Amino acid sequence: MSLKVNTHFKSHLTSSFIPRKTALSTAMTIALFAGSSHAATMPELQSEIKTLKTQVNALADEIKVGSDSSAHSQFASKTNIGGYGELHYNNIEGKTPEVDFHRFVLFFGHDFNEKIRFFSEFELEHSIAGEGEIELEQAYIEMDLTKQLKTRVGITLVPVGILNETHEPNTFYGTERNPVEKEIIPATWWSAGASLNGITDSGLSYDLVVSEGLNVADDDYTIRSGRQKSSKAEASDLAYTGRIKYTGIPGLELAATARYESNISQSKNPDAGAATLLETHVIYSKANFTAKALYAQWNIEGNAAKSHYVDKQYGYYLEPSYKLSENWGVFARYNEWNTTTVDAYKQTQTDFGVNYWPHKQVVFKADYQLKKDGSTEQNGINLGVGYSF
Amino acid sequence: MNNLAPFLESAKQILAKPIRVFLLIGLVSFSAQTHAAALPQESAAFLASQLQANPSKQYLWLTGEVKKQVISILDHPYYKLRVPYWQSGSDDELKTLWILEEIGKHKLITVGVVIQNQHIKSLRILKFRESRGWEVKLPSFTRQFDGIAFKTPNDFNNTELTSYIDGISGATLSVRAVTKLSKLALLLQQHVDAQKTGSL
Repeated sequence: MSLKVNTHFKSHLTSSFIPRKTALSTAMTIALFAGSSHAATMPELQSEIKTLKTQVNALADEIKVGSDSSAHSQFASKTNIGGYGELHYNNIEGKTPEVDFHRFVLFFGHDFNEKIRFFSEFELEHSIAGEGEIELEQAYIEMDLTKQLKTRVGITLVPVGILNETHEPNTFYGTERNPVEKEIIPATWWSAGASLNGITDSGLSYDLVVSEGLNVADDDYTIRSGRQKSSKAEASDLAYTGRIKYTGIPGLELAATARYESNISQSKNPDAGAATLLETHVIYSKANFTAKALYAQWNIEGNAAKSHYVDKQYGYYLEPSYKLSENWGVFARYNEWNTTTVDAYKQTQTDFGVNYWPHKQVVFKADYQLKKDGSTEQNGINLGVGYSF
Repeated sequence: MNNLAPFLESAKQILAKPIRVFLLIGLVSFSAQTHAAALPQESAAFLASQLQANPSKQYLWLTGEVKKQVISILDHPYYKLRVPYWQSGSDDELKTLWILEEIGKHKLITVGVVIQNQHIKSLRILKFRESRGWEVKLPSFTRQFDGIAFKTPNDFNNTELTSYIDGISGATLSVRAVTKLSKLALLLQQHVDAQKTGSL
């Protein structure tokens, strides 16, 4: 999914290539040997052939197709560039139709050695900086502590949900990301801190994170708007996240995340308190069929949240999909969520549509949404094109 | 002394051209380095566990039609000009072990594949370097390859496998890379077998 700068052989190397100098050297050496052996005996010739064979084999092992051995190349081979992007067209009832290059993302990574590496994700939203956003969503150092345990320090994605860590457009159905993970989790959600990430031979893995917490405004307990995005983030009250995931059976993923926020207002509001997010999901794929289900819920302590009717917020969705072929897939998704404790504000959205992959890393999407926001309907068409590398 | 005369003359001619000296030294040191390089620990252990002691090591060059077929499986050329393989046993007990590499998302995944009678006997992830997608290392994933083969053996244009490989959520690219390498091993094996029987 990503381009290597030197670039291995992945995208540029459409034909085999032997560095000219090496080819020249080999040819000259063969000529040299030939020149010096015209009077040789049969055993000598056999010996020379054997020597030449050894040398040709040695050269063949050293030559990587399309690479060179310059210092620049050696540096570049340790540096990765990747990215993804998605252009959307939305035509929804009650809204002006719009076209938006929603996300343009670049990944940069570098391996300092076999055990220490850097990774980053840089995003431009809505095409321009003025009315859009430029965000640093990931920037961390990762170090292997053992073969099955590593640590990350820096800005990382919160290990929660299905989309938050894997959100390249060719990896999911629907032009827009599902509203439950957007409004409740809230994806994409990142924070600065430190983590331990472990795996086991049974397929069980775990993540433990200490990071900056949310910081909601006094009059707005929307979780999404409380993300501090590691931008001069207040760090009086930290957040603690734990996730456990099981992927020991091919096609199955079971995961659960708990996140504890010490104080959702960073102790600025005496009536605000701690908050806990619980999330769980399952993904099951068998041959061309995949089913996903996710549930997430916030419990927010303190009188402030209670008086705003937001002390409990929840959402869930169910998504069956079917790959008709390598290139085509269809899906349906039912979403329900409520960012308040008032039933009248419950929202639902049913989506159904199609993905077309002309290449595994390029996708065209078309879907129809039936959204109910209280008594308001927001039905309409979404079209999109996306890519990742 | 007379026997040494041609040699001394050749040496004199060679030494008269500094570039030749340079080339000779370069080649000798190149060769020495390569021969000194042993198999990585994981690969050596896999080799020892799958084949009899002292298996024969040979190479298949990826040229001509083989190269084209490799590209059709990988969507790009293999990154080496030739691929090593090891064999032990004979007749129906002949086993071939391939060590192959392909990029998952950013980095190479090293895979060992043992083939017997054009069926995969065993597949193992020998080195996984990616940050995500580590689940392909699990035996529960690699066991899916045991016993599979091409649906239509010796049809170099059809590389469909006899069984569907179930994927892993969040590890799509790693799964794809390993599956490609399983097909590549089966393809290369067909060429090795065909060369031996003289059908190519």
